[in-house]
Amino acid sequence: MSDDHVYLSLAEGHDDSDARWAFGTGFEDPLHGVDQSVPEGTDTAQLAAYCLALGDDALVSAQRLAQWCTAAPELEEEVALANIGLDLLGQTRLLYARAGQVDGTGRGEDAYAYFRDADAFRNVRLAELPNGDFAFSITRLLVLSSWRLALFERLAVTTSDPVLAAIAAKGVKELAYHRQYAAEWAVRLGDGTEESQRRMRDALAAVAPYVDELFAETGELKAEVLAVLRQVTDAAGLAWPETAPVPGHGRDGDHTEHLVPLLTELQSVARAHPEATW
Amino acid sequence: MVTTLLDARRARHIAAQVPDPEMPMLTLADLGVLRDVEVREDGTVVASLTPTYSGCPAMAEMRAEVAARLTDAGYARVEIRTVLTPPWSSDWITPAGRAKLAESGIAPPGAAPRGPVELTLSPTRRTVACPRCGATDTEETSRFAATSCKALWRCRACREPFEYVKEI
Repeated sequence: MSDDHVYLSLAEGHDDSDARWAFGTGFEDPLHGVDQSVPEGTDTAQLAAYCLALGDDALVSAQRLAQWCTAAPELEEEVALANIGLDLLGQTRLLYARAGQVDGTGRGEDAYAYFRDADAFRNVRLAELPNGDFAFSITRLLVLSSWRLALFERLAVTTSDPVLAAIAAKGVKELAYHRQYAAEWAVRLGDGTEESQRRMRDALAAVAPYVDELFAETGELKAEVLAVLRQVTDAAGLAWPETAPVPGHGRDGDHTEHLVPLLTELQSVARAHPEATW
Repeated sequence: MVTTLLDARRARHIAAQVPDPEMPMLTLADLGVLRDVEVREDGTVVASLTPTYSGCPAMAEMRAEVAARLTDAGYARVEIRTVLTPPWSSDWITPAGRAKLAESGIAPPGAAPRGPVELTLSPTRRTVACPRCGATDTEETSRFAATSCKALWRCRACREPFEYVKEI
C-alpha cells in the first residue's frame, strides 16, 4: 500500500470488479441485493418514469451544488453544500437503479445520467437555473428541499412500491438537514444587512415563478410547503412574493436554456470516453 | 444444523470485525451498519448491510471488504445484500461504538428525532459535551463536516474543535 500517495494507494490492489471511485470504474449497483420485485398491478412505465423524474431533480441539483466548490463564501459552507449535493447524488443513484429495474431495460445509473440528452430529462426547471449569488442558491435550496421533504414523507407511506418507499424514507432524514440549513441561512440573510436583505428579496422574486410547477402532480402538498416557506420568510422579515408562474413544466421536457450547458459539462468525460475504465 | 449455527456465528464474527472505512475506530457492527449474517444450507454466507446516508461513498468499500474477509476465511460463496428499510439511525451505534468515538475525540450522537420533521427556527439548545475536556460549553460551527454523518463543533472551554456524529 502506497500510504504516502493517496491516489496511488487507491489504484492498488483492486481488480476490475472492485474499482469504485468514479465513472467507468464499475460502480456497483446501489440496489445490489435488494428485492427487485414489483408489486402486482403496478403501472411499471409510470413508476419508472416517476423514479427517473425524482432522480433527475436530484442529479441536476447535485450538479449545481457541486459548482459552489471553491466559490462559496466560507469553507464551512462549501463543505455543507457539497455534502447536501452528495446526499442528493446518493438518492439519484438509488432512484435511477430502481427505474432501470422497473422499466425492464436493466439500464444502469450511468446510462441515465450520462447518455440521455436534455430533452429526455424530466427535472423541474427550478433545479437547473444557474446558481446566481449565494442568496439565490439558498432560496432555491430552501424551496426544493421543503418540497422534496414533504413529497418524500408522503411517498414513504403512500407508494405501493416498497423500494421507492424505502428510498423516500431514507431521504426524509437527509432532506430535513438540508431544509434546516437553507432555512437558517435564509433567516440570517433576510434579517441581516441591507445588502443581504436586498439579495434575499431578489432571490425570492426570481425563485417564486418556478414554484407552481413543483405542485403540478401533487397539488395537495402546496399548502403544507408554502406554510413552511412563509414560516421562514416571516422569521426573516421578508414576504413571500405573489408572482405569476412561468408557463411550462420540466416534467413535460420543457427546459430553460440552462440545462444543456449543465449536462454538457456533467456528461463530457463519459461521452468522450464511453467505454473507459480506470 | 449445529455446524451451520457455529458457522453462522463465525461468519458473523468475521463480518462484524470489518472497520468502517471513514471512521476506522468503529467496526461495521459498532456502527449498526451490519444488519444480519446468515449461512444458507448450501453454505452461502449472506451478509446484509445498510447505508448510513444515501450518498455514503464508503458503502462500496464496506461491501468489498466484508466479501473479501469472508472469502479469505474460507467461505466459497458470499453474497452481500443491501438493506434500505428500516433506514439507518444513529441510535444503532452501539454503546461500545459510542465509547470508541469519544475516545477518538468524536462526540457520539444523542437520541435521534422521531415522528414528523418540524422546522425550528428559534435557537435550539443542545448539550454536546466536549469529547476532550468534558465541558458542555460548546457550539456548532457547521452542521456538515468531512463525512455526511458528522457535524463540526468547538469547545469554548478548551478551545478545541471537534466532530460530532449527527442524529438521524
